[in-house]
Amino acid sequence: MSKPLIEVKNLTIETAEDSRTLVNDISFEVFPGEAVGVVGESGSGKTLTALSILGLLPRGVVARSGEINYSDSNLLTASEEYRRSIRGNQISMIYQDPMTALNPVMKLGKQLFEVLEAHDLLDSEAPQRVFNAFKEVGIPEPDRALVSYPHEFSGGMRQRVMIAMAMILSPKLLIADEPTTALDVTIQQQILALVSEQRRKTGMSMLWITHDLGVVANLVDRVIVMYAGRIVEVGTLKEIFTNPQHPYTHGLLASLPKSHVKSRERLMAIPGVPPKPWLVENSCAFSPRCTRATTECFNETPSLKLNDFTKAACFHEIGTSQ
Amino acid sequence: MRLAKTSGIAARLLSVLITLFGISVFIFIVLRVIPGDTITGSLGIETGVLTPEQIDDLKRYYGIDKPLLLQYFSWITSFLSGDLGFAYSTGVSVLTLTGSSLPVTIELALFGTISGVIMGIAIGMFSAKKPGSARDFFGQLFGLLALAIPGFVLSTAIVTIMANKFGYFPNGYEYMTPWEDLWMNLQQMLFPSIVLGIAVAAPVMRTTRSALLETVDKDFIRTAFGKGLKSRTVQFRHVLRNSLIPIVTMTGIQFGYLLGGAVIVEKIFALPGMGRQILDAINKREYATVQSSVMIFAILFVTINLVTDIIYRRIDPRIK
Amino acid sequence: MTTKKQEKTWVHYYFKSTSGVVGAVLVLLMMIISICAAFGWTTHDPLAQNPMDALQGPSSTYWFGTDQFGRDVFSRAMDGMRRSMTVSIVAVGIAGFIGVSLGVLGGFLGKWLDGFVVRLSDVIFAFPAILLALAIVNSLGNSWIDTSLAIAIVYTPIFIRVARGPVLTIKELDYVKSVRVLGFSSPRILMSHVLPNVLAPILVQIALSMSWAILTESGLSFLGLGTQPPDASLGLMVSEAQPMAAFAWWTLVAPSAFITLVVVGLNLVGDGLRDSLDPARRQS
Repeated sequence: MSKPLIEVKNLTIETAEDSRTLVNDISFEVFPGEAVGVVGESGSGKTLTALSILGLLPRGVVARSGEINYSDSNLLTASEEYRRSIRGNQISMIYQDPMTALNPVMKLGKQLFEVLEAHDLLDSEAPQRVFNAFKEVGIPEPDRALVSYPHEFSGGMRQRVMIAMAMILSPKLLIADEPTTALDVTIQQQILALVSEQRRKTGMSMLWITHDLGVVANLVDRVIVMYAGRIVEVGTLKEIFTNPQHPYTHGLLASLPKSHVKSRERLMAIPGVPPKPWLVENSCAFSPRCTRATTECFNETPSLKLNDFTKAACFHEIGTSQ
Repeated sequence: MRLAKTSGIAARLLSVLITLFGISVFIFIVLRVIPGDTITGSLGIETGVLTPEQIDDLKRYYGIDKPLLLQYFSWITSFLSGDLGFAYSTGVSVLTLTGSSLPVTIELALFGTISGVIMGIAIGMFSAKKPGSARDFFGQLFGLLALAIPGFVLSTAIVTIMANKFGYFPNGYEYMTPWEDLWMNLQQMLFPSIVLGIAVAAPVMRTTRSALLETVDKDFIRTAFGKGLKSRTVQFRHVLRNSLIPIVTMTGIQFGYLLGGAVIVEKIFALPGMGRQILDAINKREYATVQSSVMIFAILFVTINLVTDIIYRRIDPRIK
Repeated sequence: MTTKKQEKTWVHYYFKSTSGVVGAVLVLLMMIISICAAFGWTTHDPLAQNPMDALQGPSSTYWFGTDQFGRDVFSRAMDGMRRSMTVSIVAVGIAGFIGVSLGVLGGFLGKWLDGFVVRLSDVIFAFPAILLALAIVNSLGNSWIDTSLAIAIVYTPIFIRVARGPVLTIKELDYVKSVRVLGFSSPRILMSHVLPNVLAPILVQIALSMSWAILTESGLSFLGLGTQPPDASLGLMVSEAQPMAAFAWWTLVAPSAFITLVVVGLNLVGDGLRDSLDPARRQS
């Protein structure tokens, strides 16, 4: 078993002022060359988890305890200068809305030059590197892109620019926070294909955040399922899709539109809404919506246990699904 | 594309011209219609100085004996052809007067605006760095006081402290243009520029602070940090640069405002600018001077607003 | 529709902010002082001269000392505050009434009325307040009514703008459009739908405009274009204080402090109102 590229241990994220828990004691690893999908609804804490790796938590939110170990350092306690040197360089991130994530009054070329500048790589080769980066992500007329502004491009193109920006220094880990959610379905597919291709070429690891289990189907090796600030299930792609153990994961799968099934079957939604993480610290957060819930579930928090198929946090596992 | 842009500018110019027309009518009404016979009344006061022929000349110039509408037209046509009337107590044409007073006011307004903008942006940035903190409180307190303490109070305080207590008051000497005596000129501009600067700094600081706070929460700032840029680079190149638009707009407005709002400061610090020209003319009941000077001022103000408008369209590439 | 319950809420929010409370206290204080002065309840007669007590510092008799004629500075400042407050209230009252009427009517009825109203605003906006007020006062005269009128004219456009904005937005709302189609009379729509939404920004603007009005009024009287001596007005007191301020600081500080405090207070009230009336800005 090789050493993990990045190891998150007992990470807890809270609001700064009133210490409301947003992410509750989660742990996971990403190995070199591996792609991990983090799936959960909004409010599950998946985005905050991703942001905390790079130290980009918004104002008013702090990582209160735990470790994020990368390359023999704990990123949570490392110096700001060290973290800065990693951003965009060894660990990169792409974001959900390419329109707001790019500086609207700065030329696209310059925005990429900045990555090089931040890591003291701005030399005579820089323009060629940026040009190549644009070409690499499939932007037609890269020389025009160099001097264009974000609003002159479509959503899909902007996302490609973001990917170019994230990949230009060949990071070891790419964190992607729902980069396809704001795009049309056909463009989504293109972007997913692009990212897979990049991954294949460079062998980088990936942490892919999404609310849509279907998106990660052809993309990742392992899946982490989050709910109300906790990890409720972890498993390989195959295990999760064929034998989910946690009722929530099961529900997620059941709610995916299946292309091979006749359209007459209705989509199954899980009734109810996810609770706020800080309100459910002493019980199973999913219990109000769970068909299998018993008294135990309302009074104690189940921990992640290894089952026959996956690691799930539930007192009643599903076993083999039909 | 080209065509649309030109017609956009043309439309705005037309709008500006209509506004200027409205302004001239407004000025005319305010200064002529309301008091009625005051002009003849004041002419009466000065009768001792003028010959009957000169009085008739003036009456004709003002068009007093004609109906109101014609009075307006005779004024506006004279104005547009460069005849701004003259101050009958000295016989000097308003055009000449303005020629020497306007540069003074412009110089003052420039210094005031520049110092105010620098102060305002600096304090705004200082405040915005930690909103809700002690430094923010003091920054906002400054903004509030700068706004609330009237310019004439500040000026009087400066005169009291500097002139009466320390005996340093360059404005007590005859005014020097920058070409006559640059050093003296700068000293004479010092205090009034500070007073005006403080007045300008207040709204600029507010605008800067709120623009910065709004920008800082935007997604692309997170992206900028995520690239590994240093905090200082992000603050200036991304946060400030994107906050510039409202700041530039506010600066333009302030500059235009200073041109006329400097009246009080010009009086206290004995600067022979446009504001003082108007004030003196009002006190001496020189209506021609007041009317033409105010009109000139309004034209300037409207022009500055137009220029500001054009500038911020250039800064923001999103507006085409 | 503002129900009793909703009104209670914004007041509740207003008092949560310290600065809003401080502002309200300051304004209230100045209003009380003005009212006292109006009834003649000042520590001394503002016009009474006591040459033997001239230029004395603050004491228990003369709370803010005396001026060069032995007049009680504090009483004069009170009287000056009364004048400034009166002008401010009258001027803003007129400007507010006319401005809001024009703004609402123009915005709602549109077409040439709206065009005219906007042009009028632009024309008046083309002048800095002091300059325009100067010119108007010059034509009208020095009395407090003239000053109020001049300031009212200068500040009407801002009320036009503040009232017109929400009206334009609301006019385009689907439910308003449908109500109009149904044949509800325009005045009724105005009263029940438009005006409640215009109220909030207008209240804020009233507070702010009052602060500017006081600054303008005192500026005018500083220049000698307002209240004439021997009557007391804050601006005039400042200008008269200049020759003596180096050794009789109280003659300058008293009127300056009064002006500053009331302007600070009004601005804080304006900000507090703005924060508490706009649901988007409230801190929960």
